[in-house]
Amino acid sequence: MTLARVHTIALVGLVGHLIEVEVDISEGLPGYSLLGLPDAALSESRERLRSAFLNSGLPWPNKKVTISLSPAWLPKSGSHYDVPIAIGLLVAQGVIPNPPSESQVILGELGLDGSLKFVRGVLPTLIAALSFNASSAIVPMANLNEAKAVPGFEIIAFNSLLEIVEFFTRGQIPDQAGVDDHIESSDYLDLIDVVGQLPARKALEISAIGGHHLLLIGPPGTGKTMLAERIPTILPTLSAQESLEVSAIHSVAGSLNQRGVLTRTPPFVAPHHTTTTTAMVGGGSHAVKPGAVSLAHAGVLFIDEAPECASGVLDSLRQPLESGQVTISRAVNTVTYPANFLLVLAANPCPCGRFNGRGRACTCSSMQIRNYLKKLSGPLLDRIDIRAFVEAPTRVEMASELLGESSACVKERVIAARGVAAERFKGERWSINSQIPSSELRGRFKAARDGMALLHAELDSERLSARGFHKVLRVAWSLADRTGRTIPSREDVEAAFTMREGTFL
Amino acid sequence: MKNQALGARGEDDVMKYLQQRGCTILDRNWRIKEGEIDLVAQSPNGEIIFVEVKSRSSRKFGDPLEAVNAVKAQRLQRLALAWLVTHSAFGKPFRIDCAGVLYSLDGRNEIDYREGVL
Repeated sequence: MTLARVHTIALVGLVGHLIEVEVDISEGLPGYSLLGLPDAALSESRERLRSAFLNSGLPWPNKKVTISLSPAWLPKSGSHYDVPIAIGLLVAQGVIPNPPSESQVILGELGLDGSLKFVRGVLPTLIAALSFNASSAIVPMANLNEAKAVPGFEIIAFNSLLEIVEFFTRGQIPDQAGVDDHIESSDYLDLIDVVGQLPARKALEISAIGGHHLLLIGPPGTGKTMLAERIPTILPTLSAQESLEVSAIHSVAGSLNQRGVLTRTPPFVAPHHTTTTTAMVGGGSHAVKPGAVSLAHAGVLFIDEAPECASGVLDSLRQPLESGQVTISRAVNTVTYPANFLLVLAANPCPCGRFNGRGRACTCSSMQIRNYLKKLSGPLLDRIDIRAFVEAPTRVEMASELLGESSACVKERVIAARGVAAERFKGERWSINSQIPSSELRGRFKAARDGMALLHAELDSERLSARGFHKVLRVAWSLADRTGRTIPSREDVEAAFTMREGTFL
Repeated sequence: MKNQALGARGEDDVMKYLQQRGCTILDRNWRIKEGEIDLVAQSPNGEIIFVEVKSRSSRKFGDPLEAVNAVKAQRLQRLALAWLVTHSAFGKPFRIDCAGVLYSLDGRNEIDYREGVL
């Protein structure tokens, strides 16, 4: 046979396309043409393939080789086409007598020695393959653990091209040992490490209960980062579906190995404040890669020194904050990634960082102080429900041997409160307090009569905007859920109002 | 020197190969400023054949024919047209072939002859 046909998958965002790899060997001068809009990594495949074949002792065709990746209109990127092309070449040359079945998808990059190398995006690729009625897959050994996470798939992993030849000629399957993943565990983080900070702790807890976005303000070294890093430890563990989504996104980004497949801990992503808009929301010219907002899906996006961010970067968060997903359009294609995260911003109170309301060591002018937090745009701040001031612990707190509550203890309350909310919102489109639509807040989900009266008075005195009115109510519901009240009381509304306003800023 | 001798020997062998198949040799190492055509022959049915011969003593640097890249292929086409014009044969049917000759240590040769590849 001089024409071979095998199948693989092209990923556009998290959406898969079934790709037919056709390999034709015809008479003519030795040559290799690859059709179907390959990118640079893919065009380099010839050199990898040729060396891999020769170093494995497999015959390289000294004829005219034409490879077509169809559908031809879809731009192809990445290196996972190496192995399907190699198998196509082996079938076309008759080295492999029986071609792979139609329902088998093949992925993998080739090393020059003929070894199969790790590729990105195997998890979403195989999930997509399910919808094309594929039933088995050939993957590199390094991707075995990730591939096994997809249910209902027969996975065969290989270390080298020669093992694949053995399999197709003699049915010999290599030892499916997989490769040890080195996962950086963040299990050692615990709220118990934080000294004092009672108001900030409470803000964290309420934020976790209702999914309220949070702004932490405080002088340097008081523990803003320390607190934020520990939010994933008090959030409920991810559901199976969420965990699959998160793993799929991290697989595309190539960061799954650090995180571990199907890890149930919510992700914590902390981009530096010099990050670009592209890195924040996702992008790239060939393949549109997920940005920080998508990597933080179902978890926490923490931006330290938020006022130092380029203003466009912070404002690019507005669309994902609103819709829970992000749509990126590039010349090659349009991609949507999920981006439903808890936003935590941290800021110094002023440029010098030492303004704490008592006017001690601070060297900034009142104008500077006023302008500093203004760098966070109004529309963005409107989406922040809770502002908490993080103060330096006092000497009494530092000397105290009494430890604060542990993460496990707080997490228990968070899960209980979320359970109460989920019960209340049964049959609705939302399940957490921060997502209650504003019309419902004025209808079915009002606070107690005296609480509403307080809010109306604040509205009258123009201390509260309409949006702020709804935000306060949402936080009040989370406060009520925490204490087990069935409806937010006047105290809850007052507390929520204080949390929204922050202390003095 | 050794490579030149190898090239000449390859051309000899391909010439024999063509003669065995009833072709008449019209020209050998036809050279103009732009380059050289190794062999020009005429097939029994009158077709003019231009042959590029590549000789190698091992496959260490790849198959002999892999050395014919796009630039060389284009040059061969230009040379073929030039030969036809200078020999008042322009308009006659012609084709360009490539022959890869591989010599093993014991002196045997292996001719990989590809017809009409360019």
